[in-house]
Amino acid sequence: MFYGVDLSSRLLLGTARYPSPAVLERAIKASGAEVVTVSLRREGGSAQGGAGRAGQSFWQFIQSLGLRVLPNTAGCHSVKEAVTTAHMARELFDTPWIKLEVIGDADTLQPDVFGLVEAARILAQDGFEVFPYTTEDLVVADRLVEAGCRVLMPWGAPIGSARGLNNVYGLKSLRAHFPDIPLVVDAGLGVPSHAAAAMELGYDAVLLNTAVAEAGDPVEMARAFALAVEAGRAAHRAQPLEPRDMAQPSTPVIGKAVLGGI
Amino acid sequence: MRIFLNDDAHDVDAATLAAALESLGFAGRKIATAVNGRFVAAAARPATRLADGDRIEVVAPMQGG
Repeated sequence: MFYGVDLSSRLLLGTARYPSPAVLERAIKASGAEVVTVSLRREGGSAQGGAGRAGQSFWQFIQSLGLRVLPNTAGCHSVKEAVTTAHMARELFDTPWIKLEVIGDADTLQPDVFGLVEAARILAQDGFEVFPYTTEDLVVADRLVEAGCRVLMPWGAPIGSARGLNNVYGLKSLRAHFPDIPLVVDAGLGVPSHAAAAMELGYDAVLLNTAVAEAGDPVEMARAFALAVEAGRAAHRAQPLEPRDMAQPSTPVIGKAVLGGI
Repeated sequence: MRIFLNDDAHDVDAATLAAALESLGFAGRKIATAVNGRFVAAAARPATRLADGDRIEVVAPMQGG
């Protein structure tokens, strides 16, 4: 499904902001996710008082899961930063996969789509398998595919906003325009019904983090999202009705007894 | 020679990136590196010579969304 890798779960889960590593581990299991997103941050050496070894224990934790990882370039605001980060991620996590984020606006964390296309082209030519975090803009999506992306990840809403699918029409158009490119709604989902809605539109998967990590009970929420993703996918396959303006009786009227007076 | 590692100044004798990382306690760690904004692969660290004022970035795996 993604760059030749077939997965049975259509939910990709982020690993940040959980109350504890134990809760993270249980949430991942409850979600059924086979891909988890990860990142990289500065780390100090032992000559600096032994501080900052967090990365080493997280690395051991990630290895123990035995799942596929999708490293991101979160927080990068320029093409150069994103490309260098992608190279560091490829070496650290030993994967050509990269969730490419080039952030254009600090408040909305909206992608800088111009920088995104440029960085995607550089990375794809260098053998990376790019998962671009983009908007639902059709022309940008075209450019990303032209740059070598074989997966597109439009936002539902700004990262961490829990607003769901802000532009259903745009997401639908994207699906119709790219029937053969795996599409993932990434970011902005708040509740499982948002995930179900994305799947009902025919999206291939959803990627979420905060909605699970910051729920009152992340493990239960992970399970709820897993069920919603499965339900939404099944509904898409079952070909849902189109909405109509007028009522249509579900009970047949032929043969109904005539009981009214004249 | 004074170098900057993740913005902190360090006076080191090391001539190469590999030696500097060793002396600053990164031996055996799962890390990735860049010097002056350019990625330096692990295999290239022993041959990467440092100059006064070089800015080294050292990163490790971290949680992410």
